[in-house]
Amino acid sequence: MGNYIKLIVYGLIALFALIAANYARDPAYLVNAVVVALAAAGLFVWTLRRTDEPVPNVDLSGEYMDGVVRAGVIATALWGVVGFLVGVTIAFQLAFPALNFEWAQGYLNFGRLRPLHTSAVIFAFGGNALIATSFYVVQRTSAARLWGGNLAWFVFWGFQLMIVLAATGYLLGATQSKEYAEPEWYVDWWLTIVWVAYFAVFVGTIVKRKEPHIYVANWFYLSFIITVAMLHIVNNLSIPVSIFGSKSVQVFAGVQDAMTQWWYGHNAVGFFLTAGFLGMMYYFIPKQAERPVFSYKLSIIHFWALIFIYIWAGPHHLHYTALPDWASTLGMVFSIVLWMPSWGGMINGLMTLSGAWDKLRTDPIIRMMVISVGFYGMSTFEGPMMSIRAVNSLSHYTDWTIGHVHSGALGWNGMITFGALYFLVPRLWNRERLYSLSLVSWHFWLATIGIILYAASMWVTGIMEGLMWREVDANGFLVNSFADTVAAKFPMYVVRGLGGVLYLAGGIIMCYNLWMTVRRSPAVKPVNHMVPAE
Amino acid sequence: MAKQPNKKQEVETTGHEWDGIEEYNNPLPRWWLWVFYATIVWGIWYTIAYPAWPGIKSATAGYLGFSTRGQVAEDIAEFETRLEPINATLVAADLNEIRGNDELEGYAVNAGAAVYRTWCAQCHGSGAAGAVGYPNLQDDAWLWGGTMEEIHYTVSHGIRNEDDLDAHYSEMPAFGRDELLTREEVEQVVNYVMSLSAVNPPVDESLVEAGAEVYEINCVACHGEDAQGDKFQGAPNLADAIWLYGGDYDAIYETVWNSRFGVMPPMGGADLSEAEIRAVTTYVHQLGGGQDPE
Repeated sequence: MGNYIKLIVYGLIALFALIAANYARDPAYLVNAVVVALAAAGLFVWTLRRTDEPVPNVDLSGEYMDGVVRAGVIATALWGVVGFLVGVTIAFQLAFPALNFEWAQGYLNFGRLRPLHTSAVIFAFGGNALIATSFYVVQRTSAARLWGGNLAWFVFWGFQLMIVLAATGYLLGATQSKEYAEPEWYVDWWLTIVWVAYFAVFVGTIVKRKEPHIYVANWFYLSFIITVAMLHIVNNLSIPVSIFGSKSVQVFAGVQDAMTQWWYGHNAVGFFLTAGFLGMMYYFIPKQAERPVFSYKLSIIHFWALIFIYIWAGPHHLHYTALPDWASTLGMVFSIVLWMPSWGGMINGLMTLSGAWDKLRTDPIIRMMVISVGFYGMSTFEGPMMSIRAVNSLSHYTDWTIGHVHSGALGWNGMITFGALYFLVPRLWNRERLYSLSLVSWHFWLATIGIILYAASMWVTGIMEGLMWREVDANGFLVNSFADTVAAKFPMYVVRGLGGVLYLAGGIIMCYNLWMTVRRSPAVKPVNHMVPAE
Repeated sequence: MAKQPNKKQEVETTGHEWDGIEEYNNPLPRWWLWVFYATIVWGIWYTIAYPAWPGIKSATAGYLGFSTRGQVAEDIAEFETRLEPINATLVAADLNEIRGNDELEGYAVNAGAAVYRTWCAQCHGSGAAGAVGYPNLQDDAWLWGGTMEEIHYTVSHGIRNEDDLDAHYSEMPAFGRDELLTREEVEQVVNYVMSLSAVNPPVDESLVEAGAEVYEINCVACHGEDAQGDKFQGAPNLADAIWLYGGDYDAIYETVWNSRFGVMPPMGGADLSEAEIRAVTTYVHQLGGGQDPE
């Protein structure tokens, strides 16, 4: 019976999507509608083939739901490589503008690829990593199977659909022009539905946990899920121009819109890339190090301090703009007060290794996690520093910002995710160990050198650019034209591109290593049944 | 630092365990806590010293009297006061006497270069070599004249814009699009025009003679008998090797068929002061192609 209802729903969705495609007012909407129609038609056929077939009656309630985590691990690795590749491409497009080929104008030029890169790495790579690890961690630390049955699968596939709609939309020119919130209105609506389902699965699992307390990693994951929902909805408040077109109009205007955008943008960093990934850190570091977390007190204090303070720091993105000075001051003050709460996570991560420092020599995965926490500490110091108005007047609009973001993204988010993937794959596919630890070492060094090339070159060009922009002669006249500063950056742009190539190479080596782990490593007996701790 | 809590660690955990993970009950690191407190205390002071807390209609101003707009106004005022005397001299001087007056020329060229980089480089290029549709300012071919006074007028009022009634204005007819000439005639005159300059030879020599006739009837009024152009109408010289929109067959054909309508905004009025306009005029004049008054 359930299947018949599903068939009707899928059929109707496919039909409506095709009608929408027929009336589409722009190519992005047309292609997105066709993608939705194809997805619904595929589900229709898939369901049809299973309807009225005998279902084996197996009780899975005593086992963890790992299939969706496996899918998430694969998606993370693949989207990661795609995102890095697009990043390398646009890095070289900046160094060599001729790579914005004439024949690809309007599809593959820098302006179209740039949001594709940021969304691919943040939402496709980072988002899949967060969803997959949170599903894994919440089950293990709650000793409970994911709540909601196949709802977790809906979250996974719904999220992939969102990524495909957003990515094809960017290439065809559909964008809200809000950084990190580029997808147009219908993609936003869809993500809202998926996110509510994600919230339900996560909270449902915590509610039915068999442990007396909620583990710290889950606090961070939960704060990430709730806050991202709030940020996403408020920043994407917009009115579609037509139900059959991708264009929409923001409800906020002018400086209010800018403030909303950077409240969103900064907390996308704060809750998506910081709180969520701290959740990851709080599980995978103690597991891999086989050491207890350094301090429960520190975890509780820095958690509450972090989530309370982070949310106010957004205005530091708008120093010296139309934003009133008072808002800019508050943004700066909260950013600086945020320094120690951010470092609480670093201390807890690093000190968890005390008593196990020798593992740094023998275990490249631990090394990856440690350097990740190190980069976290560095960029959460650099961030407050850059939020100081005087520093910001030099750094704002320069490549220093780009370098800052990437030392956080490549160093912290990337490395902790790689560490988690290396931890998860042997366990999820029931393998004795990874295919090759020396390949992990290769990945570690390629990625680390890549990040250093990237960050160092961007510091140099960023500070140089800031100094050149403000350089005045004795009479107060500007010394450099904008084009002079662009020309001066060329060598550093090439170095940055090479850093990206190394990082991408590391990612490809990881994919190979994980693939060979599943294919070649000796199998072990599955251990995915639940054992609550005392 | 790493040693001491480590000893304590061996004794106490919170007693909870999740999937094998335990938590030590270590106290907050002292230095961490004190730095945290210090940033909070600093933060409270800072919000008293600087504009910070919003009320219903306005926000607290802070006892230091700081504002970002005030800061930039101060910077600008400082330079303006310093430059006031020399700017006044520059504005009072006869345009034709700025070059040759060492002090004034030295200042004007420096200041003009800065104005140029900020306001002019976007179109004319940071080296003033121009681009397709944007004249090279280093050579001695001038559409609207190359004396100090003529450059000054062009910079002040611009060309073919709707913001300044005194802007230079002229409009070449779209001979093809508006059916003033047939396709054959356009082809003829394009070949003729190509024969005038040494850049590209005509594509079809046989059309040159007929083209000369078309030129005689349609083009002479502005571009002149000898095709030397007319700076009072912004009509370019067609006999030299300089082509604003390109000197190949297709580009000239496009120009004759659809015409061109290059626009330059007026820099006078709101954007630049008279002293800045005079400075950038001097800068452009000394780039290489500046002309003396006749």
